[in-house]
Amino acid sequence: MGFNRRGVWAIYRFELARFGRTFLTSLITPAITTSLYFIVFGAAIGSRMTEIGGVPYGAFIVPGLMLLSMLTESISNASFGIYMPKWSGTIYELLSAPLSPFETVLAYVGAAATKSVLIAMVILATAHLFIDIDIVHPFWMVALLLLFAITFCLFGFVIGIWAKSFEQLQVIPLLIVTPLTFLGGVFYSIDMLPGIWRTVTLFNPVVYLISGFRWSFYGTGDVAIELSLAMTFGFLALCLAAVWLIFRTGYKLKA
Amino acid sequence: MPPVISIQGLTKTYASGFAALKGVDLDIRRGEIFALLGPNGAGKTTLISIVCGIVTASSGTVSADGHDVVRDYRAARTKIGLVPQELTTDAFESVWATVSFSRGLFGKPRNDAFLEKLLRDLSLWDKRKSRILELSGGMKRRVMIAKALSHEPEILFLDEPTAGVDVELRRDMWNLVLGLRDRGVTIILTTHYIEEAEEMADRVGVISKGELIVVEEKSELMKKLGRKQLTLNLAEPLVAVPPELADWAVTLAADGNELRYAFDANAERTGVPSLLRRMTDLGIGFKDLHTSQSSLEDIFVGLVSQKKDAA
Ligand SMILES: Nc1ncnc2c1ncn2[C@@H]1O[C@H](COP(=O)(O)OP(=O)(O)OP(=O)(O)O)[C@@H](O)[C@H]1O
Ligand SMILES: [Mg+2]
Repeated sequence: MGFNRRGVWAIYRFELARFGRTFLTSLITPAITTSLYFIVFGAAIGSRMTEIGGVPYGAFIVPGLMLLSMLTESISNASFGIYMPKWSGTIYELLSAPLSPFETVLAYVGAAATKSVLIAMVILATAHLFIDIDIVHPFWMVALLLLFAITFCLFGFVIGIWAKSFEQLQVIPLLIVTPLTFLGGVFYSIDMLPGIWRTVTLFNPVVYLISGFRWSFYGTGDVAIELSLAMTFGFLALCLAAVWLIFRTGYKLKA
Repeated sequence: MPPVISIQGLTKTYASGFAALKGVDLDIRRGEIFALLGPNGAGKTTLISIVCGIVTASSGTVSADGHDVVRDYRAARTKIGLVPQELTTDAFESVWATVSFSRGLFGKPRNDAFLEKLLRDLSLWDKRKSRILELSGGMKRRVMIAKALSHEPEILFLDEPTAGVDVELRRDMWNLVLGLRDRGVTIILTTHYIEEAEEMADRVGVISKGELIVVEEKSELMKKLGRKQLTLNLAEPLVAVPPELADWAVTLAADGNELRYAFDANAERTGVPSLLRRMTDLGIGFKDLHTSQSSLEDIFVGLVSQKKDAA
């Protein structure tokens, strides 16, 4: 047995079944939030600010809205997926199974990323009900979506292993990722910020993600697409290194 | 025949600095039922967890069916099933789903007929669609056993299988274990209950404070260390042990109606004939007498105190 595909599939299915039990809520929630954003921002702000960089305001915010949900969902789903067995004790089975670290990560991160991509798609479809969206680089749009989903699910996996309580599980998505995403240019172009704030904002890594993602939609971003990709791969490499270390040292998985 | 599990120089010191295992060497024979007996905190679970890949050893090696459990973990783990001490299950899953999951996790192709038979054998078939949280504790334990057996392991670890289990389930479990043994499965169980080891095991290992004190055939262990007890049912009850019997360490029981004398059945002089002679001289009559083999419990207590004295 070179690769335990049945083991990976068992975990993947188990995790998707867990999502399935809350299927409606997890897909209706992003649809409703997106609609609310469109009603509030579209009506209130959109009437004053019709275009940013040649893109209608409603369309402008779509990539950011997708990422706003996707980043937090990726982290919380992936972290919950591995934290639960740790918390309930069923991790014994995972640790005693003939499963390599790669297979374990593939199954958990794969399942969480699948759900994140689904949610992003629901947001895109909902947004499409309100406005027209023409995607300039559809291939890159899908590629970036997958890349972000995988990266942040890996990040979530690391958090799930690190966390000692349900509270810690919530801290990073709520206190770090959501604010960074809001401030990362979901609702505005960072070019619109006054000088000093613009510089400060460039330290926010989420800026590069949103900018790159928006580039795939409309062909323009706040920063060059190469820079966006470099930042994304850099973060992905960091997460991979953390996961590698976790399995290398058994950190918080094995006594 | 090479041992099915071979443990050499195994030590474990937890991050807290506590040495839970201090150099354990142990070979398990293929197809046997091996009981690991020891008090709380002796290191039983630690030992099992290392073999199964849940805890990392500090030093030493373990191989299962010839495969090193660290280097060749995939091959080793495929052979092993584990029923842990704690009842930990995915509460929201159905019995069927969780058992199928376990089989898949261990890389085995789907086999509904096998799982059906397994669940029937464990009297879980009627409950296959129930969520685990709706089951009683005893049924949850059966589910844990079903999960461990779902991938048809050749080696089964049962960590305190009968803790919190009623008489009926205990009997079912033993029947299951004996059935597995007949099919060639090697079974290693841990227990505090000496009767359990006595009743079930082919060999017994006694572990205390991270050290294996003794590993013996059960019958050998009983024979070698077997102390017997002579019980005399007195014709007239005694208030106290007469000073004339002080040479024998006798005790009174049953409100003075019984006189008891523990002796070493293998000793040159057991002291039994002389005790009986002396009693006749003193005019202490008895209606009946019998001797009994001491239980593993007595042996165990004896071993642990011997070890302490030696230290
Ligand atoms: N993760 C851990 N960190 C530190 N010490 C531990 C850990 N796990 C177990 N120990 C200690 O190691 C010793 C052996 O524990 P173990 O669980 O192996 O005992 P046991 O023989 O299974 O006991 P019991 O019969 O109570 O189940 C105990 O003193 C325990 O406190
Ligand atoms: Mg134990």
